[in-house]
Amino acid sequence: MAAELVAGKTVVSTTINGEPLEIVCEPRESLLEVLRDTLHLTGAKEGCNNGNCGACNVILDGRLVNSCCVLAVEVKDGEITTIEGLATAEGLHPVQEAFLEGAALQCGICTPGFIVSTKALLDKNPNPTETEIRYWLAGNLCRCTGYDKIVRAVQAAAKNLSGGN
Amino acid sequence: MRSIKYAAPTSVEAAVAILDEYGEDARILAGGTDLIVQVRENGRDVGVMVDGKGIEELTRIEIGADGSLTMGAAVPCYQLTANEGVVAAFPGFIDAVSIIGGTAIQGRASVGGNLCNSGPAGDSIPALIVHGATANIAGPGGRRSVVVEDFCTRPGANVLETGELLVSLTLPAMPKNSGAHYLRFIPRNEMDIAVVGVGAMVKLDGDNFESARIALGAVAPTPLFVAASGDSLAGKPATEKSIEAAAAVAQEAARPITDMRGTAEFRKHLVGVLTKRALRGALERAKGGTVNGR
Repeated sequence: MAAELVAGKTVVSTTINGEPLEIVCEPRESLLEVLRDTLHLTGAKEGCNNGNCGACNVILDGRLVNSCCVLAVEVKDGEITTIEGLATAEGLHPVQEAFLEGAALQCGICTPGFIVSTKALLDKNPNPTETEIRYWLAGNLCRCTGYDKIVRAVQAAAKNLSGGN
Repeated sequence: MRSIKYAAPTSVEAAVAILDEYGEDARILAGGTDLIVQVRENGRDVGVMVDGKGIEELTRIEIGADGSLTMGAAVPCYQLTANEGVVAAFPGFIDAVSIIGGTAIQGRASVGGNLCNSGPAGDSIPALIVHGATANIAGPGGRRSVVVEDFCTRPGANVLETGELLVSLTLPAMPKNSGAHYLRFIPRNEMDIAVVGVGAMVKLDGDNFESARIALGAVAPTPLFVAASGDSLAGKPATEKSIEAAAAVAQEAARPITDMRGTAEFRKHLVGVLTKRALRGALERAKGGTVNGR
């Protein structure tokens, strides 16, 4: 049986930051474009738009992905966490707190991507070594900080999240 | 990106029907980390993206009773590196799979896509070649298999005919007393394109090499299987002297170009260095040791 072809606008049911949504999109639109231009979730940034810089990173079905390299039509029935889904009414996420406390940013464009990547890392590995942190974040580029304060912030977040001080 | 159509078939037959109908305008979409970028940035002419991730056969990892590994063409890299059975049985293949892109790329990119992209520097391809892997293909005329060393034909091109798709890849079981290793040179520590990549597989017979396979990446228009280099080791003692001689044969076979990643001369030099290291790593594993903690 031949599968149906989607051409032009279509409706995709998905869950973003815990909220079930129906998104109207075209097959040519990336998840990043739909997040930013349709849903106005502008936390994910368009850096390189080709999978090198990590500024658009989101968590899709438990996996860190570059939202610029995902078509929006592919996220049907998916679960997506963006940077907007981290803070709650009670306050910032511990990873956000750690980046702020440690001044782990300068211009800030790469920061949402780094924070989402860090959340994905700590969800999987609550006590990463410095080497594990640096390898995990190799796909997030920062041209300001030299990475050192970012690595320290990830270590601080790991400590805070695992109940240390 | 240009306007495209999208389909998410749930069977190989349905995918073949679409590929057959739309011909060269249709392409299989796996992780999208090459295809989506090429269509958007390089104006690659694709009108129909056929998502393979809804097809069970393209998303399955199976270790057979005979110890062989068959992985669906759309299986993302992270599922292979997280699969303890695969890592334990095929550590030399995991050497390559684990360094394709960074974390976010690993979450989507597939070995099948890496092969079908057919880039001369695709990290998984020399590793597949030394393991003697076969590409299992389906098309309007039925199914066929092609050994991976014959798959790529020139940069970005391969043996897939119009209407055909790569369904899965099969790595035969590692023979007793064998080991494999893949490594590459990049100027960063992680997440870069190989300046040169080398895969090696050796099988030992006591203190001698019984057989060996060597494959090179980024030194020719396609990943290069250098049969002569591996064959030169057959029956030779498993020593540094034999390894050096095999590396010289690999160097001779490499025909690199000069580009922004390195000069032809530098690449020739790297083939020598990396072939020796790949063989030493494969030898270590064949003797029961580990490389990269695997």
